[in-house]
Amino acid sequence: MSITRVLVANRGEIARRVFRTCRDLGIGSVAVFSDPDADAPHVREADRAVRLPGAAAADTYLRADLVVAAARRAGADAVHPGYGFLSENAAFAQAVIDAGLTWIGPSPEAITAMGSKIESKKVMAAAGVPVLGELDPAALTADDLPVLIKASAGGGGRGMRVVTDLDQLAAEVERAQAEAHSAFGDATVFCEPYLSAGRHIEVQVMGDGHGTVWAVGERECSIQRRHQKVVEESPAPLVERVDGMRDALFDAARAAAKAIDYTGAGTVEFIADDAGRFFFLEMNTRLQVEHPVTECTTGLDLVALQLAVADGERLAQDPPVPHGHAIEVRLYAEDPAADWAPQSGVLHRLAVPGVTSEFAVDSAAAGLRCDSGVGDEATVSVHYDPMLAKIIAWAPTRAQAAARLAAALAGAEVHGITTNRDLLVNVLRHKAFLAGDTDTRFFDEHDVFAPLVADTAPFALAAALAIDAGRARTLDVPSGWRNVLSDPQSLTLGGHEVRWRVTRDGLQGHDGVELIRAAPHEVVLDVDGVHRRFAVHRYGELVHVDTADGGARFVIAPRFVDPSDQLAAGSLLAPMPGSVVRIAVEVGQRVTAGAPVLWLEAMKMQHQINAPADGVVSELPVVVGEQIEVGAVLAVVEPDAATEEDRQ
Amino acid sequence: MTVLRTAVDPASAEFAANRAALLEKIADLDTEHAKAVAGGGEKYVTRHHDRGKLLVRERIELLLDPGSPFLELSPLAAWGTDYTVGASVVTGIGRVNGVECVINGSDPTVRGGASNPYTLKKVLRANQIALENRLPVIGLVESGGADLPTQKEIFIPGGQMFRDLTRLSAAGIPTIALVFGNSTAGGAYIPGMSDYVVMVADRAKVFLAGPPLVKMATGEESDDESLGGADMHSRISGLADYFAVDEQDAIRIGRDIVGRLNWRKHGPAPKPDPAPPLHDVEDLLGIVPTDLKVPFDPREVIARIVDGSDFDEFKPRYGASLVTGWANLHGYPIGILANARGVLFSEEAQKATQFIQLANRADTPLLFLQNTTGYMVGKEYEQGGIIKHGAQMINAVSNSTVPHLTVTMGASYGAGNYGMCGRAYGPRLLFTWPAAKSAVMGPAQLAGVLSIVARQAASARGQQYDEAADEQMRNYVEKQIEEQSLAPFLSGMLYDDAVIDPRDTRTVLGIALSAVHSAPVQGATGYGVFRT
Repeated sequence: MSITRVLVANRGEIARRVFRTCRDLGIGSVAVFSDPDADAPHVREADRAVRLPGAAAADTYLRADLVVAAARRAGADAVHPGYGFLSENAAFAQAVIDAGLTWIGPSPEAITAMGSKIESKKVMAAAGVPVLGELDPAALTADDLPVLIKASAGGGGRGMRVVTDLDQLAAEVERAQAEAHSAFGDATVFCEPYLSAGRHIEVQVMGDGHGTVWAVGERECSIQRRHQKVVEESPAPLVERVDGMRDALFDAARAAAKAIDYTGAGTVEFIADDAGRFFFLEMNTRLQVEHPVTECTTGLDLVALQLAVADGERLAQDPPVPHGHAIEVRLYAEDPAADWAPQSGVLHRLAVPGVTSEFAVDSAAAGLRCDSGVGDEATVSVHYDPMLAKIIAWAPTRAQAAARLAAALAGAEVHGITTNRDLLVNVLRHKAFLAGDTDTRFFDEHDVFAPLVADTAPFALAAALAIDAGRARTLDVPSGWRNVLSDPQSLTLGGHEVRWRVTRDGLQGHDGVELIRAAPHEVVLDVDGVHRRFAVHRYGELVHVDTADGGARFVIAPRFVDPSDQLAAGSLLAPMPGSVVRIAVEVGQRVTAGAPVLWLEAMKMQHQINAPADGVVSELPVVVGEQIEVGAVLAVVEPDAATEEDRQ
Repeated sequence: MTVLRTAVDPASAEFAANRAALLEKIADLDTEHAKAVAGGGEKYVTRHHDRGKLLVRERIELLLDPGSPFLELSPLAAWGTDYTVGASVVTGIGRVNGVECVINGSDPTVRGGASNPYTLKKVLRANQIALENRLPVIGLVESGGADLPTQKEIFIPGGQMFRDLTRLSAAGIPTIALVFGNSTAGGAYIPGMSDYVVMVADRAKVFLAGPPLVKMATGEESDDESLGGADMHSRISGLADYFAVDEQDAIRIGRDIVGRLNWRKHGPAPKPDPAPPLHDVEDLLGIVPTDLKVPFDPREVIARIVDGSDFDEFKPRYGASLVTGWANLHGYPIGILANARGVLFSEEAQKATQFIQLANRADTPLLFLQNTTGYMVGKEYEQGGIIKHGAQMINAVSNSTVPHLTVTMGASYGAGNYGMCGRAYGPRLLFTWPAAKSAVMGPAQLAGVLSIVARQAASARGQQYDEAADEQMRNYVEKQIEEQSLAPFLSGMLYDDAVIDPRDTRTVLGIALSAVHSAPVQGATGYGVFRT
């Protein structure tokens, strides 16, 4: 191979994924990093790393000029774009080629052809690939609803809006344009019919530029939130079920790729109905996030193939035959119960039990793979995508893969940040999912939002006992020893006021619960005759308690409250970190309950902060453009004095 | 290093009987402790809570470091009297912000926290412990002052409470008063004499005279707040150093004050990672015979309280009725003197005298494990100089300056109580096992002595001795002496610092040793003249 050193123009798990293959192939690696990523695992793992000054993606990972300069400076002779950022930017691909470097991806022409969703549909229709017709927003009638507004340059669900009401159309188009501009630098949007109950089916293709185009296998990614995939698998249950669908899909995918002389790895995405009819959505001219499910079922290393093809090698005549079933979930730092609000902060720990491989193709018949871009104590910032890791299970059957993945997730330790972990386990164990009965409305139709642990009381007790066991002792005597017994020990953990005492007769105050042993990181309780093991981790005042069946987190309430620390009533706190984009009020202004006070932009989405009650704005400590940390006071609304009736 | 082996057979009938008897005594002890905890009873506890106030033990729990031990002192004070068990005050040794302190909190549910003669004894004992062991004192003040019907017993000696505070301060031992409520008249000198004063808003009431007395004395119209409120004292008089918005705030401030004392213990630190005893502490229940006349091997006790059951015996072949030797307890080196067969002969007294001097040379604290019926009597022993030898031992004990801790395991009779560092010999702390007894002599012996003396008197007068009356007298005396020699009674008299569950002995001694090491540990350089 002529490639000796690859720069990955990306961050996080995908950068690590590419580095892994580079290591396996004996190829050198170069990372680029923004300032917040200076200590990120992908930077530590690369042989060489080049700083891209700044934090925002637009100043760093989206700066084609800086990335090309970095490749030259670090001695790279090839550039891998990963996914997102510049991966589908034809100008960047061209700049890499013009710099005399090897571009690991399709030609700029192919990228351009597929870059405009509007244009690409025309090309596909001409090639005989089934497509959905485009709609003119101005000519829409109620019969056309619902429709989908999409960013032409988009991906990842950004700039995508579903419209079900004609009155909202104009506003939604405007918002989609704003988001598209913010995310992709291109405000162009288009409108198409929205298949509200469709299935998302995609085909992995690989072309070698010598005439061979593989359709390596399909993936189903119907379970989505906010048009972003959450669960992906291969093979697709729908395709398994409908006779002849796979052949038709693969033919369409190969036709699509051939129509634009596609080289390298790409994905042709379709929307399908339960009858197996499918329509071209778009083609992603890059490696997909969910590529591991294909690797796990085929044994291929898609990144290695990308490098080989970029180096001019030929593919074999036919791809390998997939075997078994693989399911991937995306672990996001987000709160599904709070409208999927992205979360940021410090990820103290991410530990998934039973992982057999990382970033690697594993040809075993069954296994568990974890591709994570974050290390312990990683700061998850507002600047980038909130995906923490991808966890993939594969096994001979779908049911086995789902069970293994669900168990691994339920026993995982994910600390510091709220994630969608519990939701993922609920999905993987849901009867509709297990029946292969999934479409893009899955989260609208199924309640999978309950936490795994309903009764957190034993978890709080375990946390209290572990905290107690971890206390520094100057004298090795029983904790809280008293010669005259009066009040129990107590600790307030979240909403639990845990009261207990351990005497020579054992744990007191908890009927049906016996203390088997307590150590700072592990507590074993006998609950109604069953020994249960609780793993406990503490980070300052935050405590995580995990079991094989899910976990709970608690914040230790302070024993004492310093009166000078008290917040004024009516304070509006930032629900997440972000920047203030607009302020609607002034100090002294009267507001009614629910009226907007200001807007925060975080994770490319705008969040409206409303007045909690009728009253007067008494404090407004922020200004437009200010970066806000979670929990910061944004404004204080002094509520109107309660009426005499209210008090009664 | 010698690891003690055990000969205790937990399967024996004797063991089971001993254990059952002692468990009964421990249950009785728990019942008595519960009376102290109940304070003024449900009605007053409810009223106190309804006022938004914390009970004294709730205040203490909040003040202490979470998970740290608290050794309550004199919990049975006033036992056997008309006063509430515990004497309307809680005292003890506990850790506050990493510093071992003496805590002293009045129980306002018992007659408004008023002081009776036992309250006074208990508080003065706590102050003495603070002074001798160099422990900062934290007072949780809410007391109605003197219990007026008993003022004659407490007014004049009670002045010592205030004197103690300033002497503690003069000795460099910080005194902190957290004022939760009434602290008036004489009580006003508790904050007045303290180094640091915190007062709780709208609760603290600190003045020499309240509005009615002021009106009577000078005709001035006034109110509680202007005379002695927290706001006034923190802004105007300056008596309060800190203004607390509520009780928890006062405790928070109190902890912060202790944290800023820059406190260092002056005694040597313990050896790290002490090994627990090798033998089961539960066995202590079966070791002590129900009949105190039956001796037991104190090595079985030592094997269950010292680190790793490791005990190097000193002079094992000489004066074998007293076991002496060296060990560590929770990492603190100690010398142990333990009665083996009750009686102290001349050899035992001389051995103890030497051993105490050696411990003082080595700055090693001493632990006395009492189970003694006293020094041997009889012609042979008197002629052998038992008084001289007992006096040598008492001389050594009296003038020894290393910290002494005493545990009365069983009997503590006669001058044996003195030689084995009974209350009058100033052990830093003294604890009693529930079945222990102490008196000038055994009840039967005492009644018998009275009977012999009366019989001799009758005979001298040439009278017929009334045998029936003698038996009645003997029964009465025996019963009375028996009652007055029991652990709860003596504890009620403040003749110990607590009656403890024998299984807690290692823990209690660990807390005690840690506390005494707050002060320097230094052996004596001089003794009284040893009569030889």
